[in-house]
Amino acid sequence: MSSIITVSIFQSALELGLMYALVALALFISFTILNIADLTTDGCFTLGCAVGAIVTLSGHPFLGIIAAMISGACAGFVTALLQTKFGVESILAGIIVNTALYTVNIFIMTSQVSIFGVDTIFSLAKDSFLQQFFGDWYKVVILVVIVGLIALALWWFLGTTLGMSIRATGDNAEMVKSSSINPTFTITVGLCLANSLTALSGVLIAQYQKSADINIGTGMVTIALASLIIGQSLIGNKGSTLRRVIGTIAGSVLYRFIVAVALRLSVPAEALKLVSAMIVAVAIALPYVRKKAALKKREFANYRENKSGREEKNA
Amino acid sequence: MLRIDNISKTFNPGTVNEKVALKNLSLDLKDGDFATIVGSNGAGKSTMFNAIAGTFIVDEGNIYLDGDDITFKKEHVRSKVIGHLFQDPLKGTAPSMTIEENMALAYLRASNSSNRMFSRIKQSDKKAFREKLAMLDMGLEDRMKQPVGLLSGGQRQALTLLMATFVTPKLLLLDEHTAALDPATAEKVLDLTKSIVAERGITCLMVTHNMHQALEVGNRTLMMNAGQIVFDTCGAEREKLTVSDLLEKFKVGAGEELDNDRVLLS
Ligand SMILES: Nc1ncnc2c1ncn2[C@@H]1O[C@H](COP(=O)(O)OP(=O)(O)O)[C@@H](O)[C@H]1O
Ligand SMILES: [Mg+2]
Repeated sequence: MSSIITVSIFQSALELGLMYALVALALFISFTILNIADLTTDGCFTLGCAVGAIVTLSGHPFLGIIAAMISGACAGFVTALLQTKFGVESILAGIIVNTALYTVNIFIMTSQVSIFGVDTIFSLAKDSFLQQFFGDWYKVVILVVIVGLIALALWWFLGTTLGMSIRATGDNAEMVKSSSINPTFTITVGLCLANSLTALSGVLIAQYQKSADINIGTGMVTIALASLIIGQSLIGNKGSTLRRVIGTIAGSVLYRFIVAVALRLSVPAEALKLVSAMIVAVAIALPYVRKKAALKKREFANYRENKSGREEKNA
Repeated sequence: MLRIDNISKTFNPGTVNEKVALKNLSLDLKDGDFATIVGSNGAGKSTMFNAIAGTFIVDEGNIYLDGDDITFKKEHVRSKVIGHLFQDPLKGTAPSMTIEENMALAYLRASNSSNRMFSRIKQSDKKAFREKLAMLDMGLEDRMKQPVGLLSGGQRQALTLLMATFVTPKLLLLDEHTAALDPATAEKVLDLTKSIVAERGITCLMVTHNMHQALEVGNRTLMMNAGQIVFDTCGAEREKLTVSDLLEKFKVGAGEELDNDRVLLS
């Protein structure tokens, strides 16, 4: 066992899990709360990487984070605009923006960018008291702080009047309109917020890996959905908002553990996307298949009953 | 208070499914009027309500509320001053949110709501919600942290009514809001409706299939057929009217019997 899970694997899974948890939280907002499949995610993640990397390269790691989040919010805004003001189907709106972002991302960073010779939040932390205190765990510590703050802020926000309006929009759209809430506004705010978190995840990953490439976001939406679903099965999708937010983060961390163990067991890295896709497909299909199976069972019981009835009559 | 001026609405125009749902309909409601509406299925009662509430924009004509032309106003803007309840008790509340959260959303209709955008539910809000809920006498005041999805249909409809009138609306539209409830609950919700409307003098329109209700509740009775108001009575004339008179009026106005399967004579 000790050969499968070493401390350093545990540590890096925790680091990655915390960073990618922000994408899972983004989908928690768009997919779970707003009930919109927002496919801007992949391109938006790369956008966050690209914008963040370029600004970081110019010597401003914190500004890079802010710039990335703003760029993500802009991407979310365009997706929201297409679906609320121009009647584009929500899934299609995400796909369109995702495609457009490919070109935008190429413009920003060409196909690849490396972040060397400049500060990142991680290198700054390394040089600070954090490393003296926590040794190798300093990255985990700042990520816990960042993700913890985001989680708290999200929980607080979702309990405000605006946050509640956003939740109601996904819960009962008709009720929302008749409560004087403008669904166009709530959808827009929700998607901007979600995509700014996706982009934040992107810039953190870029600073962490000290590099970014144009394909870094490919499949991100599926991976994040898998994390979200794992989190929901850990904690259940009922319960207080805080519980669900924490569950989502836990899901992402657990997902990264599963990946780390799989890699350790020599599962090829290319297989991971297939596995994530299967987790998502199965988890979403399961309730439906269960219902179908129950129906078939009833149908079969009914058929047997009729048959035995007929046989009795014949006898 | 409410003035509807010659409105028309055709669904799916130019197709085989073309349906004229409202035909040059006009109506004038005075401040504090409580009118009941009867009419057979497909007469256009819900469509008229949707036109007033702003679910769609009418093809022709104008709608005025309290002197303002609201013909082209969006639904969420009109809903600041118009409450709308439906037959389906699930339509008016958000099921996965708690009772107090639903009430907080209803409170948004108060005019100063934009300052409240970033405020959470306060202790004083909870106290106000609790007092309101206690009026329902359904024990909901002790379940404020529970999701609304756990409530029964009757409880949800009562809550919806409370929410729609939390901030007193200028106009309340009740579209068969007790029709899907069991008789005892329906009566309770209707009593509640009557007392809230009377207490605050809310101008109100109520669709019903119960002929007695149509004559006894409120101060005015309207009858609709084929997208028009075919009969309109109030005052002394209405007081003398019996259920059979009303059915007779329908025959004259519509040239056919009111569909019997849905009409309640008791
Ligand atoms: N959204 C819609 N699209 C097409 N037809 C509609 C729509 N809403 C209502 N109708 C049609 O308009 C007519 C009036 O419907 P409605 O107002 O619901 O009647 P009711 O008096 O029973 O409430 C019906 O024939 C109905 O089929
Ligand atoms: Mg109707």
